[in-house]
Amino acid sequence: MNPHAKQFNAAARSTTADLHHREWIQKALGGYYAKRDENKDRFQSWSSARTAAAAIKQEAITHLDRYLVEFADRLEARGAKVFWAPDAQEARDYIVRLAREKQVRSIIKSKSMTSEEIHLNDTLEREGFEVVESDLGEYIVQLRKEAPYHLVFPAMHLNRGQISDLFQDKLGSKPTNNPGDLTMIARNVMRRKFCEADMGISGANFAIAETGMISITENEGNARLTTSLPPIHVAIVGIEKVLPKLTDLALFLPMLSTAGAGQLLTCYNTFYGGPRQPGEPDGPREFHVVLLDNGRTRLLADAEQRNALRCIRCGACLNVCPVYKNVGGHSYGTTYQGPIGSVITPHLRGLRDWKHLSQASSLCGACTEACPVKIDLHHHLLRNRRNAVTSQTSVPEKLLYQGFAFVMRRPEFYRLAAGIARLLRPMQWLVQGTWLDPLRPWTKTRSFPAFAAKSFREQWNQRKKT
Amino acid sequence: MEPEKKNMTNREIILGRIREALKSPEAVHEVPVDPPSSFKQWLPPVGDSLEEQMDLFRSNVEDLRADFKLCASLDEAIRCLQAMAVEYDWKKIGLHRGVLTETVARGLDLVKVMTDEGYVLADLESCDAALTGCDALIAQTGSVLVSSTTSGGRALSVLPPHHIVLARENQLVPNLTVALERAQEKYGDQYPSFLSLITGPSRTGDIERILVLGAHGPKRLTILLVR
Repeated sequence: MNPHAKQFNAAARSTTADLHHREWIQKALGGYYAKRDENKDRFQSWSSARTAAAAIKQEAITHLDRYLVEFADRLEARGAKVFWAPDAQEARDYIVRLAREKQVRSIIKSKSMTSEEIHLNDTLEREGFEVVESDLGEYIVQLRKEAPYHLVFPAMHLNRGQISDLFQDKLGSKPTNNPGDLTMIARNVMRRKFCEADMGISGANFAIAETGMISITENEGNARLTTSLPPIHVAIVGIEKVLPKLTDLALFLPMLSTAGAGQLLTCYNTFYGGPRQPGEPDGPREFHVVLLDNGRTRLLADAEQRNALRCIRCGACLNVCPVYKNVGGHSYGTTYQGPIGSVITPHLRGLRDWKHLSQASSLCGACTEACPVKIDLHHHLLRNRRNAVTSQTSVPEKLLYQGFAFVMRRPEFYRLAAGIARLLRPMQWLVQGTWLDPLRPWTKTRSFPAFAAKSFREQWNQRKKT
Repeated sequence: MEPEKKNMTNREIILGRIREALKSPEAVHEVPVDPPSSFKQWLPPVGDSLEEQMDLFRSNVEDLRADFKLCASLDEAIRCLQAMAVEYDWKKIGLHRGVLTETVARGLDLVKVMTDEGYVLADLESCDAALTGCDALIAQTGSVLVSSTTSGGRALSVLPPHHIVLARENQLVPNLTVALERAQEKYGDQYPSFLSLITGPSRTGDIERILVLGAHGPKRLTILLVR
């Protein structure tokens, strides 16, 4: 088994057995379900809105080259700099070079999964820059030196006591069990950082081709500060983020907020079309947009699964996934967790190392139903399974199935095998759940059902006689 | 390679990959191929009359824990702000040039920081409140559309702990589509570098999914509609 699969299995096993964790996640998501449904009901037709959103995003993906060029050209005409990054390395190099050139010391960041994807913080810190995450949840996991637990709710797995202890330890604050006080501690620390930062780094939720703008969705205001105060703003944007028109946002913003956070609209949805323009009192002097491919074109080349690029990273599929809710966000070992992560990670990082994620699904289809852009998630998981099998079956697995087929096609062998199994069955308890048990994967957590007294064939023959 | 040249090469590399990838036609067509010409009919409904829109805006704003006040005149708006200045003990406010903001601010005996010609960050940061105009109020969502042009830049509406928006009745629009279309008509190619839909005061739920107001932005949002 490859190390990623081993890691996943071990982490999933221990997290699933942690009943506190399970209860905690259920509780955390309970409020979300209620608010999400309430706001979905405010739509005149949520299902038609999904179809419309899927079609618009599909149009953008199908003409990605045209829309990207339009987006980049318009932004550049407004004084922004667009860097095209074929892979993570080039994106990191560009940002590091820029930061060095401008003699940047401290960097403030707002939430960006794309920056997690390219491991930007590690690189910047190694190069000697101070990097601070300003989203409260991201800041908490950064202080804990952890990856985000969830695309949208990064610190969902922690309780207020743990966060109070963390702030006490890292920031020297007084202990408190009031979430409001904890938020204010972070706010005050962060205000200083915002005022001192030389560079702000953000992600983007949408890139509007028509106007050359990026759109950022948030609740806290940290992305607005990140993009207002520092003299340089860098936005890392996956190439699949494009939307054709500005007015498309009238559909996508409420859908993203409803599906992602259970809000009709999050607190701030902001559109940035360039650095500070003549006559404007503030805003960064420089605006750099890093357009990131990093495997997205590989997914685009897969005509069957291309529509996974419609994803708007709302996290709705994680929130309803029975596997995610049990194994937790950290078990995946990926930037993007849950069903969408299991679908796209094999494309972004290689099927060989990540095919095990396709099995992390009961194929119940809750994810597909939750997806606001109608990505056929659970069927994509099946397609990944099929691709994994056709491209690279292991030799033992192949032998096993050949043996199985051989026996199943020959009644006499089948009868013999069943007879032996029937003979050995009473002794199975001796090895139950141990390495000697041929049924171990099943029996280590369950008991094996008893055989019927007579086989079907025996019963059939007997009945025919009477 | 020179950075400029390298970036042009990169651009061609990525566009080349995309064009190559798109040569294989979509295998699964589960959505309509053509995007819809309109999606207004699927979104949350908004009444046609001004009164209905006003009511919807008010109820949305209240749900968001912001304040909405209808002022019959500029004088009433001034009195309203004077009362707030006392209630919240304001010493210093930030604002920008504009008919509404300047007229109203004249009635307030406070230290004032104007942002139009640039400002000292510490000055703005220490303001107790910010007074701004806006581009539109949106009934459908209870949002305020602001921009660098109408709201004194990027930071004024997010840095001080209390944001007061001044709007005229004709700025109330039914839905997001109309708000964005109007902005496009108004600005054409000369649009501001910053446009933001503000929907309630700054908030977070990052600790135990419990709602806390005033995460990084204003704890309070007051919208005054002057008739």
